[in-house]
Amino acid sequence: MYNVPNENGRFGDFGGKFVPETLMLPLEEIEQELTKALADEQFKAEYVHILQEYSGRPTQLTYAPNLTAKLNGAKIYFKREDLNHTGAHKINNAIGQALLAKRMGKKKLIAETGAGQHGVAAATVAARFGMECIVFMGEEDIKRQELNVFRMKLLGAEVVPVYSGNRTLKDATNEAIRYWVQHCDDHFYMIGSVVGPHPYPKMVREFQRIIGDEAKRQFLEREGTLPDVVVACVGGGSNAIGMFYPFLEDDVILVGVEAAGKGVDTPYHAATITKGTKGVIHGSLTYLLQDEYGQILEPYSISAGLDYPGVGPEHAYLASIGRVRYESVTDEEALAAFQLVAREEGIIPAIESAHALAKAFQIAAMLRKDETVLVCLSGRGDKDVQAVMNDLKGGLDIATTHNS
Amino acid sequence: MQLLTTAKPMFIPFIVAGDPHPDVTIELALALEEAGADILELGVPYSDPLADGPIIQRAAARALRHRMTLQKAMELVPEMRKKGVKIPIIIFTYYNPVLQLGEESFFALARKNGVDGILIPDLPFEESEHIRKRSAETGISFISLVAPTSKRRIKAIASHAQGFLYCVSSLGVTGIRDTLPDELGEFLEEVKRYSRVPVAVGFGISSSEQVNMLKDRCNGVVIGSALVRKIEQLADKLQQEETKTDALNEFRSYAQSLVAPLE
Repeated sequence: MYNVPNENGRFGDFGGKFVPETLMLPLEEIEQELTKALADEQFKAEYVHILQEYSGRPTQLTYAPNLTAKLNGAKIYFKREDLNHTGAHKINNAIGQALLAKRMGKKKLIAETGAGQHGVAAATVAARFGMECIVFMGEEDIKRQELNVFRMKLLGAEVVPVYSGNRTLKDATNEAIRYWVQHCDDHFYMIGSVVGPHPYPKMVREFQRIIGDEAKRQFLEREGTLPDVVVACVGGGSNAIGMFYPFLEDDVILVGVEAAGKGVDTPYHAATITKGTKGVIHGSLTYLLQDEYGQILEPYSISAGLDYPGVGPEHAYLASIGRVRYESVTDEEALAAFQLVAREEGIIPAIESAHALAKAFQIAAMLRKDETVLVCLSGRGDKDVQAVMNDLKGGLDIATTHNS
Repeated sequence: MQLLTTAKPMFIPFIVAGDPHPDVTIELALALEEAGADILELGVPYSDPLADGPIIQRAAARALRHRMTLQKAMELVPEMRKKGVKIPIIIFTYYNPVLQLGEESFFALARKNGVDGILIPDLPFEESEHIRKRSAETGISFISLVAPTSKRRIKAIASHAQGFLYCVSSLGVTGIRDTLPDELGEFLEEVKRYSRVPVAVGFGISSSEQVNMLKDRCNGVVIGSALVRKIEQLADKLQQEETKTDALNEFRSYAQSLVAPLE
């Protein structure tokens, strides 16, 4: 039976708590409260109720008829996390952690954000639950995701620009942890992905597994069987863990898709499992991009949400035992999928999700028509439209391939 | 590393290896010993120093530009000895560089270079059992930390402490603080009750007034950011032959002035 992490927060060799002593007791307190909350039917009911009446869950399972026909292979389904309130799966976790913070009597939230989706989700739940919220965001990401910055401020959060390192998600997370070390007595640190010290990877999985639980039920209702392949993008890996977890003990091929940026053979990528080695980042032992001396390297991806040099320790474990296959998709392939899904299915996906979609289409094209591929469409692409427009300089790549 | 609790509290300075230049680090160590240092904490620069504030982050960035590594930092120790540094030297490093070097090589290099102790700020008690055991076997002290949040953890950490026990003065990362918390005295009393080794205080200590306030309450003070900031200010002068001696003198005087209350 699949039963990780253990009591020390280890997924096999991976995970653990590599943090300054100051944070050990706060982590222990979160772990104890999480255990109680997960065993408390009232807590779970409140979590589900808020997801339904505030975020619009369950999200739909959408069949993609045009792409299925075009690719002439497996039937393609999307799990529509883009239809969530705030436009991505991040809200599932934010609501769960906010409820936990409330249980613990904490009214101030700290969050880090890359693309801004988790920052927006954190700011949103802070507004909803009457909490304060401070979001750390790399200066580079602030430039890339201007709209989300304004959105967070509109929701009443304070956005703190981070100027260290490459000024992206890794650095924002460093700064959020430093702030937490100083304010751990009255602040709750709401991590946005399945990363960080124990119990965060487990906690975020528990609050994201609703994606896979719903998808599995919906898929069975629709097709009478489980999908042959399930695909999700992996930065830190929260939508992927949420999607994969309920399928881990089923006969289903699971594929995680990392960002290959300009190519995994160039220095410009964020393909942590594909190219990384074992190391410690943000309190957890996992795979990471680093040099031979253990200095962490700056990752690169067109997608701010995948631009992270580490990966959740559970993904590192799933890769090491061979249960999940991890592949990668370049900026260019993701951009093509972004436009393809818009044109063929009338859905503009987040550029992060476009990585999963690109890989899913490659896989679907190779399968038989009686086979099925389920993709986690983790977020909507409104936030990326400006950047994609600039990148394409107004000319759409697939204009010539449009089958009118 | 055997340390006796003396009447006079210890002065434990921290500097970053390779900041502003590896050669200068050796001379700064000597200046600190001349200023009365009892133990030297030699920091290994790291790309993502989670426990450090902006001053030490900047120092790490400067040192990394000189390609300083964990191994090269340890190799500075015998160089310091050649120049006359006699006090115990502790290597302060985040865990990831140790992991990449490999524990075996790390301890072999520490022994070969005469390192007296190691301090790994992101390796808490639960994750350090293996390394603590190895430290005990090789006679290289593993320095443990206790924080104001440690509470029920203090007893276990203190009873396994080697060398000296490092008390984190207040919540937060390293840096310069104008004030220290009122509860610090009480916290130190509790730690001293359980500790069999000297108890030193660090994080935020940056003035002679603070040193004066602490001198009767602990067995040592760790001063990092204040010294590293001084090095930052003197960086150019420290690297030019004609101004170097003056700069080293200024640095030594500054260190002496901070710990004057200990005399």
